[in-house]
Amino acid sequence: MSLKNRLNFLYIILIAILPLSNVFAAGKNNSELKNDDKKSHEKEFDVSEMIMHHIKDAHEWHLWGPEHGGTAVYLPIILLDNGLKTFSSKNFYDGISKTTVDKITNASVDYLIGVGPAAEYAMFHEKIYKLNNGELTFEDGHVHGSIKPWDFSITKNVLSLFFGATLILVIMFSVAKFYKRNGAVAPKGLAKFLEPLVVFVRDDIAKANIADGKHTKYLPYLLTIFFFILFNNFLGLIPILPGGANLTGNITVTLFLSVCTLIITLASSNKNYWKHIFATPGVPIALLPIMIPIEMVGIFTKPFALMIRLFANMTAGHIIILALISIIFINQNAAWGALSVPMALFISVLELLVAFLQAYLFAMLSALFIGAALEEAHH
Amino acid sequence: MDLIIPDFGLLFWTGLVFICLLFVLTKFIWKPILSAVNEREEKITEALELAVKTKAEMQTLQAENQNILKEARAERDSIVKEAKEIASKMVADAKDNAKKESEKVVVAARQTIEAEKSAAIAELKSQVATLSIEIAEKVVRGELDSSDKQKALAEKLVGDINLN
Repeated sequence: MSLKNRLNFLYIILIAILPLSNVFAAGKNNSELKNDDKKSHEKEFDVSEMIMHHIKDAHEWHLWGPEHGGTAVYLPIILLDNGLKTFSSKNFYDGISKTTVDKITNASVDYLIGVGPAAEYAMFHEKIYKLNNGELTFEDGHVHGSIKPWDFSITKNVLSLFFGATLILVIMFSVAKFYKRNGAVAPKGLAKFLEPLVVFVRDDIAKANIADGKHTKYLPYLLTIFFFILFNNFLGLIPILPGGANLTGNITVTLFLSVCTLIITLASSNKNYWKHIFATPGVPIALLPIMIPIEMVGIFTKPFALMIRLFANMTAGHIIILALISIIFINQNAAWGALSVPMALFISVLELLVAFLQAYLFAMLSALFIGAALEEAHH
Repeated sequence: MDLIIPDFGLLFWTGLVFICLLFVLTKFIWKPILSAVNEREEKITEALELAVKTKAEMQTLQAENQNILKEARAERDSIVKEAKEIASKMVADAKDNAKKESEKVVVAARQTIEAEKSAAIAELKSQVATLSIEIAEKVVRGELDSSDKQKALAEKLVGDINLN
Protein backbone atom coordinates (compact mmCIF):
# COMPACT_ATOMS: atom_id res chain seq x y z
CA MET A 1 0.00 0.00 0.00
CA SER A 2 1.43 3.31 -0.99
CA LEU A 3 1.58 6.32 1.29
CA LYS A 4 -1.10 8.08 -0.72
CA ASN A 5 -3.48 5.18 -0.28
CA ARG A 6 -2.79 5.13 3.42
CA LEU A 7 -3.53 8.84 3.71
CA ASN A 8 -6.78 8.40 1.80
CA PHE A 9 -7.74 5.60 4.14
CA LEU A 10 -7.09 7.75 7.20
CA TYR A 11 -9.10 10.55 5.67
CA ILE A 12 -12.09 8.29 5.15
CA ILE A 13 -11.92 7.12 8.78
CA LEU A 14 -11.72 10.72 10.03
CA ILE A 15 -14.69 11.77 7.93
CA ALA A 16 -16.62 8.81 9.24
CA ILE A 17 -15.77 9.51 12.89
CA LEU A 18 -16.54 13.25 12.79
CA PRO A 19 -20.33 13.01 13.09
CA LEU A 20 -19.85 10.59 16.01
CA SER A 21 -18.55 13.41 18.19
CA ASN A 22 -21.56 15.53 17.31
CA VAL A 23 -23.89 12.79 18.37
CA PHE A 24 -22.14 12.38 21.68
CA ALA A 25 -22.20 16.12 22.22
CA ALA A 26 -25.90 16.34 21.50
CA GLY A 27 -26.62 13.92 24.30
CA LYS A 28 -29.03 11.10 24.75
CA ASN A 29 -32.35 12.88 24.38
CA ASN A 30 -31.95 13.44 20.71
CA SER A 31 -31.33 9.81 19.83
CA GLU A 32 -34.07 8.58 22.15
CA LEU A 33 -36.50 10.89 20.50
CA LYS A 34 -35.45 9.61 17.12
CA ASN A 35 -35.94 6.01 18.19
CA ASP A 36 -39.40 6.69 19.55
CA ASP A 37 -40.27 8.53 16.39
CA LYS A 38 -39.19 5.61 14.24
CA LYS A 39 -40.98 3.00 16.29
CA SER A 40 -44.26 4.68 15.54
CA HIS A 41 -44.10 3.92 11.83
CA GLU A 42 -41.48 1.17 11.57
CA LYS A 43 -40.79 -1.98 13.46
CA GLU A 44 -37.63 -2.04 15.52
CA PHE A 45 -34.63 -3.29 13.58
CA ASP A 46 -34.31 -7.05 14.02
CA VAL A 47 -30.84 -8.25 12.96
CA SER A 48 -31.52 -11.96 12.87
CA GLU A 49 -34.72 -11.48 10.92
CA MET A 50 -32.98 -9.24 8.39
CA ILE A 51 -30.08 -11.66 7.97
CA MET A 52 -32.36 -14.68 7.66
CA HIS A 53 -34.44 -12.81 5.14
CA HIS A 54 -31.34 -12.10 3.05
CA ILE A 55 -29.79 -15.54 3.08
CA LYS A 56 -33.06 -17.35 2.39
CA ASP A 57 -34.86 -17.64 -0.87
CA ALA A 58 -37.62 -15.15 -1.72
CA HIS A 59 -40.25 -14.56 -4.35
CA GLU A 60 -39.15 -10.96 -4.81
CA TRP A 61 -35.78 -9.35 -5.32
CA HIS A 62 -35.77 -6.64 -2.72
CA LEU A 63 -33.64 -3.68 -3.74
CA TRP A 64 -34.18 -0.88 -1.24
CA GLY A 65 -36.80 0.79 0.93
CA PRO A 66 -39.00 -0.81 3.60
CA GLU A 67 -39.82 -4.50 3.44
CA HIS A 68 -43.32 -3.81 2.16
CA GLY A 69 -43.80 -0.98 -0.26
CA GLY A 70 -40.09 -0.58 -0.96
CA THR A 71 -38.48 -1.01 -4.35
CA ALA A 72 -38.31 -4.64 -5.36
CA VAL A 73 -38.35 -6.80 -8.47
CA TYR A 74 -41.42 -9.03 -8.20
CA LEU A 75 -40.68 -12.46 -9.56
CA PRO A 76 -43.12 -14.76 -11.27
CA ILE A 77 -44.84 -17.46 -9.26
CA ILE A 78 -45.50 -20.76 -10.96
CA LEU A 79 -47.78 -23.17 -9.11
CA LEU A 80 -48.82 -26.68 -10.03
CA ASP A 81 -52.23 -26.97 -8.40
CA ASN A 82 -54.91 -28.52 -10.63
CA GLY A 83 -53.09 -27.13 -13.66
CA LEU A 84 -50.36 -24.57 -14.09
CA LYS A 85 -50.94 -21.20 -12.46
CA THR A 86 -48.64 -18.25 -13.04
CA PHE A 87 -48.86 -14.75 -11.63
CA SER A 88 -46.61 -12.07 -10.21
CA SER A 89 -45.50 -12.25 -6.59
CA LYS A 90 -46.71 -8.65 -6.30
CA ASN A 91 -50.11 -10.23 -5.67
CA PHE A 92 -48.74 -11.51 -2.38
CA TYR A 93 -46.45 -8.69 -1.30
CA ASP A 94 -49.16 -6.12 -1.99
CA GLY A 95 -51.82 -8.50 -0.67
CA ILE A 96 -53.71 -8.53 2.60
CA SER A 97 -51.56 -8.79 5.69
CA LYS A 98 -53.28 -10.91 8.29
CA THR A 99 -52.40 -11.60 11.88
CA THR A 100 -53.57 -14.70 13.64
CA VAL A 101 -52.82 -16.55 16.84
CA ASP A 102 -50.91 -19.83 16.98
CA LYS A 103 -53.22 -22.52 18.37
CA ILE A 104 -50.54 -24.09 20.56
CA THR A 105 -48.05 -21.42 21.47
CA ASN A 106 -50.61 -18.56 21.44
CA ALA A 107 -48.05 -16.35 19.72
CA SER A 108 -49.26 -13.94 17.06
CA VAL A 109 -48.29 -14.88 13.50
CA ASP A 110 -48.31 -12.66 10.41
CA TYR A 111 -48.97 -13.97 6.94
CA LEU A 112 -49.96 -12.59 3.56
CA ILE A 113 -53.11 -13.48 1.67
CA GLY A 114 -52.87 -13.01 -2.08
CA VAL A 115 -55.07 -10.78 -4.18
CA GLY A 116 -56.20 -11.02 -7.80
CA PRO A 117 -55.00 -14.30 -9.37
CA ALA A 118 -53.40 -15.28 -6.06
CA ALA A 119 -56.65 -14.99 -4.14
CA GLU A 120 -56.79 -18.69 -3.29
CA TYR A 121 -53.32 -18.70 -1.77
CA ALA A 122 -51.44 -17.30 1.18
CA MET A 123 -47.71 -16.83 1.75
CA PHE A 124 -45.99 -17.46 5.06
CA HIS A 125 -42.20 -17.22 5.33
CA GLU A 126 -41.90 -17.29 1.51
CA LYS A 127 -43.81 -20.57 1.37
CA ILE A 128 -47.10 -20.68 -0.52
CA TYR A 129 -50.12 -22.46 0.95
CA LYS A 130 -53.66 -22.94 -0.29
CA LEU A 131 -56.16 -21.09 1.88
CA ASN A 132 -58.36 -23.21 4.07
CA ASN A 133 -61.71 -21.48 4.49
CA GLY A 134 -60.05 -18.17 3.61
CA GLU A 135 -57.33 -18.39 6.26
CA LEU A 136 -54.33 -20.35 7.53
CA THR A 137 -54.21 -22.07 10.88
CA PHE A 138 -50.99 -22.38 12.81
CA GLU A 139 -49.90 -25.02 15.27
CA ASP A 140 -46.54 -24.72 17.00
CA GLY A 141 -45.20 -22.23 14.44
CA HIS A 142 -46.17 -24.37 11.45
CA VAL A 143 -49.05 -24.08 9.04
CA HIS A 144 -51.56 -26.80 9.78
CA GLY A 145 -54.23 -28.33 7.60
CA SER A 146 -53.48 -26.41 4.40
CA ILE A 147 -52.37 -27.95 1.10
CA LYS A 148 -48.97 -26.86 -0.17
CA PRO A 149 -49.15 -26.67 -3.96
CA TRP A 150 -46.06 -27.62 -6.02
CA ASP A 151 -44.10 -24.39 -6.21
CA PHE A 152 -41.93 -24.02 -9.31
CA SER A 153 -41.66 -20.26 -8.95
CA ILE A 154 -38.78 -18.32 -10.42
CA THR A 155 -37.51 -17.26 -7.01
CA LYS A 156 -34.56 -15.04 -6.24
CA ASN A 157 -32.25 -18.07 -6.22
CA VAL A 158 -33.68 -19.48 -9.43
CA LEU A 159 -33.19 -16.15 -11.21
CA SER A 160 -29.66 -15.95 -9.86
CA LEU A 161 -29.13 -19.51 -11.05
CA PHE A 162 -30.30 -18.57 -14.55
CA PHE A 163 -28.10 -15.52 -14.54
CA GLY A 164 -25.07 -17.48 -13.32
CA ALA A 165 -25.59 -20.18 -15.91
CA THR A 166 -25.99 -17.58 -18.67
CA LEU A 167 -22.86 -15.80 -17.52
CA ILE A 168 -20.88 -19.06 -17.56
CA LEU A 169 -22.19 -19.88 -21.02
CA VAL A 170 -21.46 -16.41 -22.44
CA ILE A 171 -17.94 -16.29 -21.02
CA MET A 172 -17.11 -19.87 -21.87
CA PHE A 173 -18.52 -19.57 -25.37
CA SER A 174 -16.28 -16.61 -26.08
CA VAL A 175 -13.31 -18.60 -24.77
CA ALA A 176 -14.25 -21.64 -26.83
CA LYS A 177 -14.69 -19.39 -29.87
CA PHE A 178 -11.18 -18.06 -29.40
CA TYR A 179 -9.76 -21.58 -29.56
CA LYS A 180 -11.95 -22.56 -32.47
CA ARG A 181 -10.84 -19.52 -34.43
CA ASN A 182 -7.16 -19.52 -33.53
CA GLY A 183 -6.44 -23.18 -32.93
CA ALA A 184 -3.70 -24.19 -30.55
CA VAL A 185 -2.05 -20.84 -29.97
CA ALA A 186 -1.07 -18.95 -26.84
CA PRO A 187 -4.26 -17.75 -25.13
CA LYS A 188 -5.32 -14.10 -25.16
CA GLY A 189 -7.93 -12.04 -23.34
CA LEU A 190 -10.54 -14.08 -21.46
CA ALA A 191 -8.93 -17.31 -22.57
CA LYS A 192 -5.71 -16.24 -20.96
CA PHE A 193 -7.57 -15.75 -17.69
CA LEU A 194 -9.69 -18.89 -17.76
CA GLU A 195 -7.26 -21.35 -19.29
CA PRO A 196 -5.12 -21.62 -16.16
CA LEU A 197 -8.29 -22.50 -14.22
CA VAL A 198 -9.26 -25.15 -16.75
CA VAL A 199 -5.74 -26.57 -16.72
CA PHE A 200 -5.75 -26.38 -12.92
CA VAL A 201 -8.95 -28.45 -12.75
CA ARG A 202 -7.55 -30.91 -15.27
CA ASP A 203 -4.13 -31.37 -13.70
CA ASP A 204 -4.52 -30.68 -10.00
CA ILE A 205 -8.07 -31.87 -9.48
CA ALA A 206 -8.88 -34.54 -12.07
CA LYS A 207 -5.49 -36.00 -12.98
CA ALA A 208 -4.19 -35.86 -9.40
CA ASN A 209 -7.10 -37.86 -7.95
CA ILE A 210 -8.35 -40.14 -10.70
CA ALA A 211 -5.74 -42.65 -11.75
CA ASP A 212 -4.73 -44.28 -15.02
CA GLY A 213 -5.91 -41.61 -17.44
CA LYS A 214 -9.57 -42.32 -16.61
CA HIS A 215 -9.90 -38.69 -15.58
CA THR A 216 -10.83 -37.49 -19.07
CA LYS A 217 -14.25 -39.11 -18.72
CA TYR A 218 -15.00 -37.16 -15.53
CA LEU A 219 -13.30 -33.93 -16.55
CA PRO A 220 -16.40 -32.26 -18.05
CA TYR A 221 -18.36 -32.89 -14.84
CA LEU A 222 -15.55 -31.63 -12.62
CA LEU A 223 -15.03 -28.54 -14.78
CA THR A 224 -18.75 -27.79 -14.82
CA ILE A 225 -19.12 -28.22 -11.07
CA PHE A 226 -16.01 -26.11 -10.42
CA PHE A 227 -17.08 -23.20 -12.61
CA PHE A 228 -20.73 -23.46 -11.55
CA ILE A 229 -19.81 -23.11 -7.89
CA LEU A 230 -17.09 -20.53 -8.55
CA PHE A 231 -19.28 -18.22 -10.62
CA ASN A 232 -22.26 -18.49 -8.28
CA ASN A 233 -20.04 -17.95 -5.24
CA PHE A 234 -18.70 -14.78 -6.79
CA LEU A 235 -22.16 -13.64 -7.86
CA GLY A 236 -23.34 -14.12 -4.29
CA LEU A 237 -20.75 -11.62 -3.12
CA ILE A 238 -22.08 -8.84 -5.34
CA PRO A 239 -24.51 -7.01 -3.09
CA ILE A 240 -26.96 -5.80 -5.74
CA LEU A 241 -29.02 -7.34 -8.54
CA PRO A 242 -28.13 -9.66 -10.30
CA GLY A 243 -25.83 -10.82 -7.52
CA GLY A 244 -26.41 -11.16 -3.84
CA ALA A 245 -28.59 -14.24 -3.86
CA ASN A 246 -27.24 -16.86 -1.53
CA LEU A 247 -27.44 -19.59 -4.17
CA THR A 248 -24.43 -21.74 -3.31
CA GLY A 249 -25.28 -21.21 0.37
CA ASN A 250 -28.66 -22.81 -0.22
CA ILE A 251 -28.99 -26.35 1.06
CA THR A 252 -31.10 -27.37 -1.96
CA VAL A 253 -28.40 -26.43 -4.42
CA THR A 254 -25.57 -28.04 -2.45
CA LEU A 255 -27.78 -31.10 -1.94
CA PHE A 256 -28.26 -31.43 -5.68
CA LEU A 257 -24.56 -31.02 -6.43
CA SER A 258 -23.49 -33.54 -3.80
CA VAL A 259 -26.11 -36.02 -5.00
CA CYS A 260 -24.64 -35.66 -8.49
CA THR A 261 -21.24 -36.54 -7.09
CA LEU A 262 -22.72 -39.47 -5.17
CA ILE A 263 -24.47 -40.82 -8.27
CA ILE A 264 -21.33 -40.49 -10.38
CA THR A 265 -19.25 -42.12 -7.64
CA LEU A 266 -21.62 -45.07 -7.37
CA ALA A 267 -22.02 -45.37 -11.15
CA SER A 268 -18.29 -45.53 -11.68
CA SER A 269 -17.52 -47.77 -8.69
CA ASN A 270 -15.77 -51.04 -9.37
CA LYS A 271 -15.61 -54.42 -7.64
CA ASN A 272 -12.74 -53.31 -5.44
CA TYR A 273 -14.79 -50.41 -4.05
CA TRP A 274 -17.64 -52.69 -2.98
CA LYS A 275 -15.19 -55.25 -1.68
CA HIS A 276 -13.79 -52.59 0.63
CA ILE A 277 -17.29 -51.94 1.92
CA PHE A 278 -18.59 -55.46 2.36
CA ALA A 279 -15.35 -57.29 3.08
CA THR A 280 -12.80 -54.76 4.11
CA PRO A 281 -9.40 -56.42 3.61
CA GLY A 282 -7.52 -57.07 6.81
CA VAL A 283 -10.60 -56.90 9.05
CA PRO A 284 -11.52 -60.06 11.01
CA ILE A 285 -14.82 -61.62 9.95
CA ALA A 286 -16.20 -61.18 13.45
CA LEU A 287 -15.94 -57.40 13.05
CA LEU A 288 -17.71 -57.30 9.70
CA PRO A 289 -21.24 -56.93 11.17
CA ILE A 290 -20.01 -53.67 12.67
CA MET A 291 -17.85 -52.60 9.75
CA ILE A 292 -20.42 -53.09 7.01
CA PRO A 293 -22.97 -50.61 8.43
CA ILE A 294 -20.17 -48.14 9.10
CA GLU A 295 -18.89 -48.42 5.56
CA MET A 296 -22.43 -48.17 4.20
CA VAL A 297 -22.98 -44.98 6.14
CA GLY A 298 -19.57 -43.83 4.88
CA ILE A 299 -20.88 -43.92 1.30
CA PHE A 300 -23.36 -41.20 2.21
CA THR A 301 -21.40 -39.18 4.74
CA LYS A 302 -18.84 -38.16 2.13
CA PRO A 303 -21.29 -36.34 -0.19
CA PHE A 304 -23.22 -35.22 2.89
CA ALA A 305 -20.08 -33.47 4.14
CA LEU A 306 -19.71 -31.89 0.69
CA MET A 307 -23.24 -30.56 0.91
CA ILE A 308 -22.84 -29.16 4.43
CA ARG A 309 -19.38 -27.70 3.75
CA LEU A 310 -20.41 -25.57 0.80
CA PHE A 311 -23.73 -24.57 2.37
CA ALA A 312 -22.21 -23.62 5.72
CA ASN A 313 -19.23 -21.77 4.30
CA MET A 314 -21.20 -19.62 1.90
CA THR A 315 -24.07 -18.95 4.29
CA ALA A 316 -21.65 -18.10 7.08
CA GLY A 317 -19.87 -15.62 4.83
CA HIS A 318 -23.13 -13.88 3.98
CA ILE A 319 -24.18 -13.85 7.63
CA ILE A 320 -20.89 -12.30 8.79
CA ILE A 321 -20.97 -9.54 6.18
CA LEU A 322 -24.62 -8.77 6.91
CA ALA A 323 -24.01 -8.83 10.65
CA LEU A 324 -21.12 -6.40 10.34
CA ILE A 325 -23.15 -4.04 8.19
CA SER A 326 -25.99 -4.36 10.71
CA ILE A 327 -23.83 -2.77 13.38
CA ILE A 328 -24.70 0.55 11.75
CA PHE A 329 -28.42 -0.12 11.93
CA ILE A 330 -28.40 -1.58 15.43
CA ASN A 331 -26.77 1.60 16.69
CA GLN A 332 -28.85 3.80 14.38
CA ASN A 333 -25.76 5.79 13.55
CA ALA A 334 -23.82 6.05 10.29
CA ALA A 335 -20.60 6.73 12.21
CA TRP A 336 -20.40 3.04 13.06
CA GLY A 337 -19.67 2.59 9.37
CA ALA A 338 -16.09 3.50 10.23
CA LEU A 339 -15.93 0.23 12.12
CA SER A 340 -18.30 -2.00 10.22
CA VAL A 341 -17.38 -1.05 6.66
CA PRO A 342 -13.66 -1.86 6.92
CA MET A 343 -14.50 -5.07 8.74
CA ALA A 344 -17.10 -6.03 6.14
CA LEU A 345 -14.57 -5.18 3.44
CA PHE A 346 -12.03 -7.44 5.08
CA ILE A 347 -14.52 -10.29 5.32
CA SER A 348 -15.58 -9.67 1.71
CA VAL A 349 -11.99 -10.05 0.56
CA LEU A 350 -11.72 -13.18 2.68
CA GLU A 351 -14.94 -14.39 1.05
CA LEU A 352 -13.33 -14.02 -2.37
CA LEU A 353 -10.74 -16.51 -1.21
CA VAL A 354 -13.41 -18.74 0.32
CA ALA A 355 -15.44 -18.59 -2.90
CA PHE A 356 -12.50 -19.96 -4.83
CA LEU A 357 -11.48 -22.38 -2.10
CA GLN A 358 -14.95 -23.91 -1.80
CA ALA A 359 -15.24 -24.37 -5.56
CA TYR A 360 -11.83 -26.04 -5.52
CA LEU A 361 -12.67 -28.21 -2.51
CA PHE A 362 -15.97 -29.38 -3.90
CA ALA A 363 -14.44 -30.32 -7.25
CA MET A 364 -11.34 -31.81 -5.63
CA LEU A 365 -13.27 -33.94 -3.14
CA SER A 366 -15.66 -35.06 -5.88
CA ALA A 367 -12.64 -36.14 -7.90
CA LEU A 368 -11.19 -37.85 -4.84
CA PHE A 369 -14.40 -39.84 -4.22
CA ILE A 370 -14.68 -40.82 -7.87
CA GLY A 371 -11.00 -41.74 -7.90
CA ALA A 372 -11.45 -43.89 -4.79
CA ALA A 373 -14.40 -45.69 -6.38
CA LEU A 374 -12.31 -46.42 -9.47
CA GLU A 375 -9.22 -47.57 -7.63
CA GLU A 376 -7.96 -51.04 -8.42
CA ALA A 377 -6.77 -53.40 -5.70
CA HIS A 378 -3.07 -53.07 -4.99
CA HIS A 379 -2.14 -55.08 -1.94
CA MET B 1 -35.27 -24.23 10.47
CA ASP B 2 -36.41 -23.95 6.87
CA LEU B 3 -32.86 -22.80 6.12
CA ILE B 4 -31.82 -26.45 6.10
CA ILE B 5 -34.92 -27.91 4.49
CA PRO B 6 -34.51 -28.45 0.76
CA ASP B 7 -37.07 -26.79 -1.45
CA PHE B 8 -38.49 -28.88 -4.26
CA GLY B 9 -39.00 -26.05 -6.74
CA LEU B 10 -35.42 -24.85 -6.41
CA LEU B 11 -34.18 -28.45 -6.62
CA PHE B 12 -36.08 -28.86 -9.87
CA TRP B 13 -34.66 -25.67 -11.40
CA THR B 14 -31.14 -26.36 -10.13
CA GLY B 15 -31.25 -29.85 -11.61
CA LEU B 16 -32.61 -28.61 -14.91
CA VAL B 17 -30.12 -25.76 -15.22
CA PHE B 18 -27.15 -27.81 -14.05
CA ILE B 19 -27.84 -30.74 -16.35
CA CYS B 20 -28.40 -28.42 -19.33
CA LEU B 21 -25.23 -26.56 -18.41
CA LEU B 22 -23.28 -29.80 -18.08
CA PHE B 23 -24.53 -30.96 -21.45
CA VAL B 24 -23.94 -27.70 -23.33
CA LEU B 25 -20.56 -27.03 -21.73
CA THR B 26 -19.36 -30.59 -22.35
CA LYS B 27 -20.48 -30.61 -25.95
CA PHE B 28 -19.62 -27.12 -27.10
CA ILE B 29 -17.05 -25.74 -24.70
CA TRP B 30 -14.94 -28.15 -22.69
CA LYS B 31 -14.14 -30.29 -25.70
CA PRO B 32 -12.78 -27.52 -27.95
CA ILE B 33 -10.96 -25.85 -25.06
CA LEU B 34 -9.39 -29.04 -23.79
CA SER B 35 -8.51 -30.29 -27.25
CA ALA B 36 -6.91 -26.94 -28.08
CA VAL B 37 -4.99 -26.94 -24.80
CA ASN B 38 -3.90 -30.56 -25.29
CA GLU B 39 -2.92 -29.89 -28.86
CA ARG B 40 -0.86 -26.91 -27.83
CA GLU B 41 0.79 -28.86 -25.04
CA GLU B 42 1.66 -31.61 -27.50
CA LYS B 43 3.03 -29.02 -29.87
CA ILE B 44 5.15 -27.53 -27.12
CA THR B 45 6.41 -30.95 -26.06
CA GLU B 46 7.21 -31.80 -29.65
CA ALA B 47 8.95 -28.49 -30.15
CA LEU B 48 11.01 -29.05 -27.02
CA GLU B 49 11.94 -32.56 -28.09
CA LEU B 50 12.82 -31.25 -31.51
CA ALA B 51 14.99 -28.58 -29.95
CA VAL B 52 16.83 -31.20 -27.91
CA LYS B 53 17.23 -33.38 -30.99
CA THR B 54 18.40 -30.47 -33.08
CA LYS B 55 20.90 -29.53 -30.43
CA ALA B 56 22.29 -33.08 -30.37
CA GLU B 57 22.37 -33.12 -34.13
CA MET B 58 24.13 -29.81 -34.19
CA GLN B 59 26.67 -31.12 -31.74
CA THR B 60 27.39 -34.16 -33.87
CA LEU B 61 27.54 -31.94 -36.92
CA GLN B 62 29.94 -29.67 -35.16
CA ALA B 63 32.08 -32.64 -34.14
CA GLU B 64 31.98 -33.86 -37.70
CA ASN B 65 32.97 -30.45 -38.93
CA GLN B 66 35.82 -30.43 -36.49
CA ASN B 67 36.95 -33.82 -37.73
CA ILE B 68 36.72 -32.74 -41.34
CA LEU B 69 38.64 -29.61 -40.53
CA LYS B 70 41.27 -31.62 -38.72
CA GLU B 71 41.58 -34.03 -41.62
CA ALA B 72 41.77 -31.18 -44.07
CA ARG B 73 44.44 -29.56 -42.01
CA ALA B 74 46.42 -32.79 -41.82
CA GLU B 75 46.05 -33.27 -45.55
CA ARG B 76 47.15 -29.75 -46.20
CA ASP B 77 50.14 -30.24 -43.99
CA SER B 78 51.08 -33.44 -45.75
CA ILE B 79 50.64 -31.83 -49.16
CA VAL B 80 52.78 -28.90 -48.16
CA LYS B 81 55.37 -31.24 -46.73
CA GLU B 82 55.40 -33.33 -49.90
CA ALA B 83 55.66 -30.23 -52.03
CA LYS B 84 58.49 -29.01 -49.93
CA GLU B 85 60.25 -32.35 -50.27
CA ILE B 86 59.75 -32.39 -54.00
CA ALA B 87 60.97 -28.84 -54.26
CA SER B 88 64.06 -29.52 -52.19
CA LYS B 89 64.71 -32.70 -54.17
CA MET B 90 64.37 -30.79 -57.40
CA VAL B 91 66.77 -28.15 -56.17
CA ALA B 92 69.20 -30.85 -55.06
CA ASP B 93 68.93 -32.63 -58.41
CA ALA B 94 69.47 -29.40 -60.24
CA LYS B 95 72.45 -28.69 -58.09
CA ASP B 96 73.86 -32.16 -58.79
CA ASN B 97 73.31 -31.82 -62.48
CA ALA B 98 74.90 -28.40 -62.51
CA LYS B 99 77.86 -29.74 -60.55
CA LYS B 100 78.29 -32.65 -62.92
CA GLU B 101 78.02 -30.43 -65.94
CA SER B 102 80.46 -27.94 -64.55
CA GLU B 103 82.84 -30.77 -63.68
CA LYS B 104 82.53 -32.11 -67.19
CA VAL B 105 83.23 -28.64 -68.57
CA VAL B 106 86.18 -28.29 -66.23
CA VAL B 107 87.51 -31.70 -67.23
CA ALA B 108 87.12 -30.91 -70.91
CA ALA B 109 88.78 -27.56 -70.39
CA ARG B 110 91.60 -29.22 -68.57
CA GLN B 111 92.06 -31.76 -71.32
CA THR B 112 92.11 -29.02 -73.94
CA ILE B 113 94.52 -27.06 -71.83
CA GLU B 114 96.73 -30.15 -71.42
CA ALA B 115 96.68 -30.82 -75.14
CA GLU B 116 97.44 -27.21 -75.97
CA LYS B 117 100.15 -27.25 -73.34
CA SER B 118 101.81 -30.39 -74.68
CA ALA B 119 101.53 -29.10 -78.24
CA ALA B 120 103.07 -25.84 -77.13
CA ILE B 121 105.80 -27.68 -75.24
CA ALA B 122 106.51 -29.86 -78.24
CA GLU B 123 106.80 -26.85 -80.52
CA LEU B 124 108.93 -25.08 -77.98
CA LYS B 125 111.13 -28.16 -77.75
CA SER B 126 111.65 -28.32 -81.51
CA GLN B 127 112.32 -24.62 -81.72
CA VAL B 128 114.72 -24.82 -78.79
CA ALA B 129 116.52 -27.71 -80.50
CA THR B 130 116.84 -25.79 -83.73
CA LEU B 131 117.96 -22.71 -81.93
CA SER B 132 120.53 -24.65 -79.87
CA ILE B 133 121.92 -26.35 -82.98
CA GLU B 134 122.22 -23.00 -84.61
CA ILE B 135 123.86 -21.60 -81.48
CA ALA B 136 126.12 -24.59 -81.24
CA GLU B 137 127.04 -24.21 -84.89
CA LYS B 138 127.87 -20.57 -84.33
CA VAL B 139 129.82 -21.40 -81.17
CA VAL B 140 131.67 -24.16 -82.82
CA ARG B 141 132.47 -21.97 -85.80
CA GLY B 142 133.70 -19.29 -83.40
CA GLU B 143 135.90 -21.76 -81.51
CA LEU B 144 137.36 -23.30 -84.48
CA ASP B 145 137.95 -20.30 -86.71
CA SER B 146 141.69 -20.19 -85.53
CA SER B 147 144.23 -23.02 -86.00
CA ASP B 148 145.42 -22.99 -82.40
CA LYS B 149 142.06 -23.68 -81.15
CA GLN B 150 141.56 -26.49 -83.67
CA LYS B 151 144.87 -28.02 -82.54
CA ALA B 152 144.04 -27.75 -78.86
CA LEU B 153 140.78 -29.47 -79.46
CA ALA B 154 142.34 -32.15 -81.41
CA GLU B 155 144.88 -32.73 -78.67
CA LYS B 156 142.21 -32.85 -76.04
CA LEU B 157 140.19 -35.28 -78.00
CA VAL B 158 143.29 -37.42 -78.50
CA GLY B 159 143.92 -37.26 -74.76
CA ASP B 160 140.42 -38.52 -74.05
CA ILE B 161 140.86 -41.35 -76.46
CA ASN B 162 144.10 -42.35 -74.76
CA LEU B 163 142.59 -42.59 -71.48
CA ASN B 164 139.95 -44.87 -72.85
